Amino acid sequence: MSAGPAIVVDRVSKTFRIPEERTHTLKERALHPMRRSRNEVFTALDDISFQVDSGEFFGIVGRNGSGKSTLLKCLAGIYGVEAGRMWCNGRLSTFIELGVGFNPDLAAFDNVVTNGIMLGLSPREARARYRRIIEFAELEEFQDLKLKNYSSGMYVRLAFSVAIQVDADILLIDEVLAVGDASFQQKCFDVFNDMRTAGKTIVFVTHDMGAVNRFCHRAVLLERGRMVAIGEPAAVGQAYLELNFGREVHQHADGTLSRIGNGAARVQEAWIEDEAAGRWAVYSQGYPVVLKALVSFEREVTDPALKVTFRNAEHEIAAVASTATAGAAGTFQAGQQAMFSLRIENYLAPGRYFTDVDLVRTDNSLDLIDRYLDTLEFMVGGVSSLGGYVDLPYAASVERVESAETASAELR
Amino acid sequence: MSAVESTIDVSGLGQPIRGPRALTDDWSRFWHLTYNIARNEFKLRFFGSVLGYLWQLMRPLLLFGVLYVFFVVVARVNGQKGPGDAHYGVQLLGSIVLFTFFAEATGSAVRSVVERENLVRKIEFPRLVIPLAVVLLAMFNLGLNLLVVLVFALAEGVTPMLSWLELPVLIGFLAILATGVAMLLSALFVQFRDIQPIWEVVSQILFYASPVIISIATVKSKISATWVHLYMLNPLATVLQQFRHAMVTHATPSAGALLGSWAQLLEPVALVAAIFAIGFWVFNRTAPDIAENL
Repeated sequence: MSAGPAIVVDRVSKTFRIPEERTHTLKERALHPMRRSRNEVFTALDDISFQVDSGEFFGIVGRNGSGKSTLLKCLAGIYGVEAGRMWCNGRLSTFIELGVGFNPDLAAFDNVVTNGIMLGLSPREARARYRRIIEFAELEEFQDLKLKNYSSGMYVRLAFSVAIQVDADILLIDEVLAVGDASFQQKCFDVFNDMRTAGKTIVFVTHDMGAVNRFCHRAVLLERGRMVAIGEPAAVGQAYLELNFGREVHQHADGTLSRIGNGAARVQEAWIEDEAAGRWAVYSQGYPVVLKALVSFEREVTDPALKVTFRNAEHEIAAVASTATAGAAGTFQAGQQAMFSLRIENYLAPGRYFTDVDLVRTDNSLDLIDRYLDTLEFMVGGVSSLGGYVDLPYAASVERVESAETASAELR
Repeated sequence: MSAVESTIDVSGLGQPIRGPRALTDDWSRFWHLTYNIARNEFKLRFFGSVLGYLWQLMRPLLLFGVLYVFFVVVARVNGQKGPGDAHYGVQLLGSIVLFTFFAEATGSAVRSVVERENLVRKIEFPRLVIPLAVVLLAMFNLGLNLLVVLVFALAEGVTPMLSWLELPVLIGFLAILATGVAMLLSALFVQFRDIQPIWEVVSQILFYASPVIISIATVKSKISATWVHLYMLNPLATVLQQFRHAMVTHATPSAGALLGSWAQLLEPVALVAAIFAIGFWVFNRTAPDIAENL
């Protein structure tokens, strides 16, 4: 797979100067020749170094504004960089947008040729490949139509078909995968897999970790222009999800807020951990999670129970669990403390969850003693589910059954 | 992890990735891009509407009609017809067509880079392609318009001369001037958006400051030789006057004769070279940052 690096990025930094007061006219400049416009410097990329091996499918991930598209544009030579150096080994082609240079008033042929030249084909090559391009795009009947009369799907199909006809060794792709209808998408994925097999180097920018897991050999995670993680997609994916949601987890609300409940006891602290007592922002589906709550009693309470309600991103109740099933907890005196613990098989559908932690009395669960001030948030990660709130563990089998008719026919 | 070591072996890493530039190493792509963009635009104008090319031709022809009626028929500017005013109609139309080329090339170059924002921000290509394509498109139009001038000239009874061979040189000279100005204006417009109205006015002034309507030969006797010389330094005046001399009638003096001597033709030539150099310098300096500054 490796025959030396295809792309080397060495300590690259990129800053944008954002003038506080931009002079837009020559007049202003002439009237105030001495006024220096002050610039705010925004660092889009800060000391980025990595290399992409030849034949590698390399992902660049990050949240909005993390600098991932800027990095791609620097690699593509659209932006110059302030510091650092970059090299590429082989012919490089950029797809930041499909159909760059398409003119809506012209028919397919002229646009294919122009776009092909843009992407590095010679006019002769572009003309020679026109038929293949039109066939791949399934636009044979519409090739004489002006592009403005195309549906958006047809437009994208044509653009994608040109793009994949370019024989570049290195492709820079910016989130243009999800295009067209399902059957065309399948074709695109086939093409990407073909490219992988053909040993092309592909650098792919996205915020979709699913696509990274599916295609990429390696990925780099950017945050605020800095490299946060680089390596296997799974590890980078974990770091990415923690970046997205991590900062919101385990933040305690201001304790002076009025609490709900009769106040006979307080949930001092509650948290979710895995079986090894590690606290994460993301828990993989299929591995148990443990919810723990430290409760201190202010008055005498008999048979308290901890009730946990998991709400999904739509704030629908996905699951409820309670320590009441463990039997009567007994009586606690004022000043005593207790640790409540719930070990839960995690079959929740992948997604984001909000957890309410309530201390209730078992004789009447409506009698709320205390609700933990903080809503615990966490993510469930896993292969995409078929739908529903939970992914129940199940065994599946298919057996052939002789139909009643055949069976009765045999009897006769 | 494959973070690059600080001491890096540059050999074997392939091509360094440079930022966007005005020019390129791949000249064939440069030319094909320029040609294709210009050709597509031309095609659009040609086939874009029912009357297509006719509209393209209307502008110089209408201008010609108005000027001809007003200055020749009504105001009789060329009342005392000298020998240099032979085939005045052809001189006027030819001058209008040449000036239209210059005005069109420079006028549409102003916004060109900004209007092609979708290209500039999305793909790497030599930035100079954009203003060059504008000039090339104007040259396509010029070619067609000159055919009309040719037909008109032959109909008027202008005798074909050997000096007609000068035409490519004149057009080349004018094209270099137009390219220089186009580079300058399109680069400046990225930062200064009032370049457009300013240039419209300047363009209008240039129209009257160049011998489009009145041949310099007509007014030569009324002003001092110094003024004539200064006037002829305007490269547009040089081209238009030489066009009249070489294409229509030798009775009107050549640009060289008006400047004093042939050697002094080098003055407008040097001026055009300077304009081109400045235009290129400014554009080349702006090119790397265009994508960010749009």
